[in-house]
Amino acid sequence: MSLEILGISVLWTFLFGYVILGSIDFGAGFFNAYSIITGKHHLITKIIQRYLSPVWEVTNVFFVFFFVGMVGFFPKTAFYYGSVLLVPASIALLLMIIRGSYYAFETYGSKGHKGYALMYGIAGLLIPASLSVVLAISEGGFISIIDGNPILDYRALFTSPLTWSIVVLSIVAVLYIAAVFLSWYANKAGDTAATNLMRKYALCWAFPLIIAAAGIIYELSSHNPGQFERILDLWWIFGLSFLLWIGTVWLVWKKKNYGLAVGLLIGQFALAFFAYGISLYPYLLYPYLTIYEGFTNEAMAISLVVVFILGLILLVPSIYLLLKLFLFDKDYVRGNRKNVKSNEKRGLS
Amino acid sequence: MLFDDPVFGSRVLTIITLSFHVIYATIGVGVPLMIMIAHWVGIKKNDEHYILLAKRWARGFVVTVAVGVVTGTAMGLQLSLLWPNFMELAGNVIALPLFLEVFAFFFEAIFLGIYAYTWDRFEDRRKHFLLLIPVVLGAGASAVFITVVNSFMNSPQGFDIVNGQLVNLNPIAAMFTPAMPTKVSHVLATAYMTVAFLLASIAAFKLLKGSNHVYHKKSLYLTMKMGLIFSIAAALIGDLSGKYLAEYQPEKLAAAEWHFETEEGAPLLMYGILDGEGEVKYEIKIPYALSILASGSPTSEVIGLDQFPEEETPPLVIHYFFDVMVTIGMFMVVLSLVYWTGIKRKWPFVRSNWYRWLIVLGGPLSVIAIEAGWWMTEVGRQPWILNGIMTIEAAATSSDYVGLMVILFGGLYLILGIGTIVVLNRMFRKNPVELELEQQEAIKGGETA
Ligand code: HDD
Ligand code: HEM
Ligand code: HEM
Repeated sequence: MSLEILGISVLWTFLFGYVILGSIDFGAGFFNAYSIITGKHHLITKIIQRYLSPVWEVTNVFFVFFFVGMVGFFPKTAFYYGSVLLVPASIALLLMIIRGSYYAFETYGSKGHKGYALMYGIAGLLIPASLSVVLAISEGGFISIIDGNPILDYRALFTSPLTWSIVVLSIVAVLYIAAVFLSWYANKAGDTAATNLMRKYALCWAFPLIIAAAGIIYELSSHNPGQFERILDLWWIFGLSFLLWIGTVWLVWKKKNYGLAVGLLIGQFALAFFAYGISLYPYLLYPYLTIYEGFTNEAMAISLVVVFILGLILLVPSIYLLLKLFLFDKDYVRGNRKNVKSNEKRGLS
Repeated sequence: MLFDDPVFGSRVLTIITLSFHVIYATIGVGVPLMIMIAHWVGIKKNDEHYILLAKRWARGFVVTVAVGVVTGTAMGLQLSLLWPNFMELAGNVIALPLFLEVFAFFFEAIFLGIYAYTWDRFEDRRKHFLLLIPVVLGAGASAVFITVVNSFMNSPQGFDIVNGQLVNLNPIAAMFTPAMPTKVSHVLATAYMTVAFLLASIAAFKLLKGSNHVYHKKSLYLTMKMGLIFSIAAALIGDLSGKYLAEYQPEKLAAAEWHFETEEGAPLLMYGILDGEGEVKYEIKIPYALSILASGSPTSEVIGLDQFPEEETPPLVIHYFFDVMVTIGMFMVVLSLVYWTGIKRKWPFVRSNWYRWLIVLGGPLSVIAIEAGWWMTEVGRQPWILNGIMTIEAAATSSDYVGLMVILFGGLYLILGIGTIVVLNRMFRKNPVELELEQQEAIKGGETA
């Protein structure tokens, strides 16, 4: 494998991690807000908070990893994307700042202001929408190079059906992923009412998801025929992904084995996400920048890869510990952890 | 100006974001160490007060970390958005420490999450204490790596430019620049110092407001002692930073000192103003002190601004930033030294109200010193973004919307800053120390009974 491919694979994997973790985070915030409006607040808030509190910063790091790694492995992206993304990326940033800090203010500080919860929920849908615009831009056709500087054509971008189908998919995917995950989490917590509610949401969003995904492929056929061709060549990966989607929906429908359902869901998105990535190959920005032209020098690439491997050796066990304590610990998930037990022992010894 | 000059807009936005982030970043670097010290003392002395101190600091800390994370994310992304040409070059040479910083932070965030949510999960308290080690190391490493990047901007090396092409790239050499040792150690020492004094201000404030609880007294003594150690370290390393400047960025030192003519046995100017003709007025002159700061010997020659073309002279305003930083640094050394001696020797005035008010002031003053230090470093690098290689004009974005972003981000930071204070205040007022100590006693009493 060449260093270029290795670099982009690592970054794409981090982006995928962010898509999944971020979706759970954003979607959970939205369901929380929605349940306040519909008066089902008491059913799911606790579940959602118990999951979100210890992990949201970890989710954010995946995002930071992606853009820092991007500039490291492909410095030219800073030049091409930096200027043109000022507005969309700043909007996403502003929303992330509002969301992250108000989340912290809420949970750690004062509890339960409705207005905050609503803002938090809505911001959670707008962030994926504004970030996904970047994917639309990478398809080409919206940037022109004038006097050596890349210029973004906002009109073309916001009147393009491709842009809007990508935005719609991102929102639907967020809701679907979060609903399936939270069904599992609530089920594990033994909270039947919350499980049933989340399950209903999951089933609601399953079909819109497939329709939105098909819509993008259809739009690409006219927007970027070259890529459309490559997507057709990869039909079998998308087909597999579709089968996994059926599997998830079936399990959730039958109220069976939610853990497996989450596994299939991740598999489904992984396949589709990587197949889409492969179909973009070799472009970082169609048609101006490929991973080969944009790549950093060899010395930097090798040192980044070495650091990355060392970093993983440090991080994987740490993440495992985190998951073990908060995601796979039955007592924590059920909210049974109390000060009493350990305090008792301390008092005795 | 803000709306039709993207270079100016980018500068303003960078200044605002960094100046805001650095407050939280400093707290993020320093607080874990203080928590660790308090937790350790608590275990050693088997004193619940110190354990509670660690617990309450950690509780406040998760709020400031959250704001640190979001503003840091903003900073990281804005570097590419506002300075695309610089980041394209920097990505080739100095991406390694940026990448390392994320790892360090990741490591810290994971263990902080675990530490904060597992106060009652370990039977052996020492195990819970161990979780702090990665938090302290991760926070420190974050600061080290990001400061390495900044050192590179001040004394770039590790590459050559031949016909506009980057060649002979060496990412490791780019990390170990001449500016690195003094900068990294000064940043760490000042972060620890600032946080110690911030926590001391809180304790002193509580004592002033009528709570005479021994908890606050222990807290005040511990933090002032830490503050003393780190402020002395900060001043010593600050002196070394001056020597670094004299050798590698003499124009910055000369501008900070309004040192216009190269001379031997140069005096140090404190305060004063510049009149219209470039004459310095009302200054305090300390003979030979600049030569000592620059090289350690009172008679050595210090290069003045006469040696540099006008367009490469840094703004002379950095003189004030330098004065503010050094004055506060000296003041804090004296304040904490007198306090510490006074407690040992039982001088009554260190427990008086007016002295406690001075301690309350010390925390915010230290934060001001941090800001002043960074402004001096960064403004003093003008007109360069990469010293001697790339100017800010060449680095900035050409986008038309920077001015708008300045207003949006500026407004948001203002709200966040106020929000942090309000939330922290409410959090601790709702749950005062006295109440929490009682509850702790009650649990214990209930068990043994
Ligand atoms: C609490 C904060 C604080 C305090 C009390 C001091 N400093 Fe400082 N100083 C900083 C906080 C700081 C800083 C924010 O951390 C800087 C900005 C950039 C850097 O590397 O550190 C800095 C930079 C900095 C520089 C510029 C380095 C460069 O541009 O490369 C010099 C020469 C000094 N300091 C010297 C001193 C001296 C002689 C002090 C005597 C007491 C002192 N500082 C106290
Ligand atoms: C990755 C490392 C860094 C980069 C790329 C960077 C970049 C820049 C740039 C481009 C400017 C604008 C130049 C100007 O207007 O003068 C600037 C200014 C500034 N930076 Fe840095 N910087 C870095 C590190 C830091 C750090 C670690 C701090 C401390 C928090 C800092 C604090 C400041 C401040 C306060 C200014 C305003 C100075 C001014 O008025 O010019 N910088 N920085
Ligand atoms: C150009 C300057 C800077 C950039 C680009 C930057 C970038 C970042 C980023 C991206 C984060 C979020 C972490 C994440 O989610 O991965 C962060 C947080 C943090 N930064 Fe900065 N940073 C800068 C300056 C500084 C300085 C000067 C310090 C220390 C002296 C510092 C220390 C920290 C710490 C400790 C955190 C963790 C948050 C916390 O604990 O409060 N950073 N920074």
